[in-house]
Amino acid sequence: MRRITKYTQGLAFVLLWVTALITIGFLLLIVFFILKEGLPSVNWEFLTAYPRRMGREGGIFPTIIASLYLTLASLVIATPIGIGAAIYLTEYTREGAGTKIIRFATEILAGVPSIIFGLFGFAFLVTFLKLGFSILSGAITLALMLLPTIIRTAEEAIKSVPNSYREGSLALGATKWVTIAKVVIPAALPGIVTGIILGVGRAIGETAAVWLTVGGALRLPISIMDSARPMTLHLYTLAAEGLSLPRAYATASILIICIWIINTVANLLMARFSLKLRA
Amino acid sequence: MDLKVKAQQFNLYYGNFQALKEINMEIFPKTVTALIGPSGCGKSTFLRSLNRMNDLIDTVRIEGRIILDGNNVYDPKTDVVALRKKVGMVFQKPNPFPMSIYDNIAYGPRVHGIKDKLRLNELVERSLIGAALWDEVKDRLQSPALRLSGGQQQRLCIARLLAVEPEVLLMDEPASALDPISTGKIEDLIGELKKNYTIIIVTHNMQQAARISDHLGFFLLGSLVEYGLTEKVMTNPERKETEDYLTGRFG
Repeated sequence: MRRITKYTQGLAFVLLWVTALITIGFLLLIVFFILKEGLPSVNWEFLTAYPRRMGREGGIFPTIIASLYLTLASLVIATPIGIGAAIYLTEYTREGAGTKIIRFATEILAGVPSIIFGLFGFAFLVTFLKLGFSILSGAITLALMLLPTIIRTAEEAIKSVPNSYREGSLALGATKWVTIAKVVIPAALPGIVTGIILGVGRAIGETAAVWLTVGGALRLPISIMDSARPMTLHLYTLAAEGLSLPRAYATASILIICIWIINTVANLLMARFSLKLRA
Repeated sequence: MDLKVKAQQFNLYYGNFQALKEINMEIFPKTVTALIGPSGCGKSTFLRSLNRMNDLIDTVRIEGRIILDGNNVYDPKTDVVALRKKVGMVFQKPNPFPMSIYDNIAYGPRVHGIKDKLRLNELVERSLIGAALWDEVKDRLQSPALRLSGGQQQRLCIARLLAVEPEVLLMDEPASALDPISTGKIEDLIGELKKNYTIIIVTHNMQQAARISDHLGFFLLGSLVEYGLTEKVMTNPERKETEDYLTGRFG
């Protein structure tokens, strides 16, 4: 009997280790493949020049700006709404029929395919509200997609702030709102920011939802009502319409590097912030 | 001498359960009153009623009055924020905010509108001195409060309280989570603080009650069984239940 237990222990360890290896392995495989195919075409000119001949030649400068502009705009819309909803759900209501409905709706929203968000954005924002193909239409659509994640992670973060902080603040004569703003939210910030980072990752990588709302014009977006083409849309177009496979890979490489930089910077900021506050 | 706090026919219900029964108690200014009794007897509930911290629980219902400086604390017109500024509370487990030492102490004053840097600095220093913590932390006011030891954290919480310039200090077993040396420091501190503040302390430690308090209240199953000068209650209790508890026949 003992021999069997010893073997199962070892077997379990090996299997788990292998699954971790497979996961990381696939990630590395994808990243390395893209970078291998794409990096040779990346140079300073590529990053700063405008596309020529519909993208067959030239650089991808306006698409980089479009991606960043779009992501930032969607976060600016989604973050306050998401955090506000999370605060409302955790601090101002009790678990009941109302919160169950809100939570259910949030869960469903999280599972809706992005192309459907795109169709909704097109029908409602672009056409009905006459916002047209624009960064704004795309940002609002993306914000709707990010909301469930931000609400969920913010809620968890706020719930895990110990009640003793709230009591301590109230016992000093602070009101409920001041307690939330000055003690609870700052304490929940790391968790909230995690949700935002996840949101950034999703927003910058969205293609289907932006395809029908942002338009795809190959120009440098200045106004939020301008149509534009983020990197995801650009690399899809370059590949699908056979315009330039090398440039498609190169765009993908830049996209991956952008995501990597954003995540690293965010993690560094979080680490520094935590260090300042915690033990 | 005028009473500082007076409980008059005070009852408290958690839903249908009556946690406090007809409590009548008079507390004089600048004294230390200790509340003792077995677990679940209502002493913490009573303490929390004095600064209306029980308002945070929805099922709580009260009858009777708690009078602070002549005003009923439970009067609907009472400003609860001002009440909690005047009547501060320290909890059993130290709960410093995840901020720097300075920001912890400055939190209360800032919340009540004080923005002037010089005044805040002065308040922080004065509060830390008052809590016997200044010497230990004066060189690292910007470091995180959570890095302090348990005893230091509790003194920080007391300092945080002093910064809003209260008149009454409520302490709910402030030293029960601390080691004996820190406990001793807190007890010395209470001896100092009573010169300027009215202190009401809940404690499980009868020797502590004997050491630091002027008056002693014995709670049992929601009633205030006996209340009087500490020396008298401890050496010559009038009620059998009090004597049984003090001699350890039940706990």
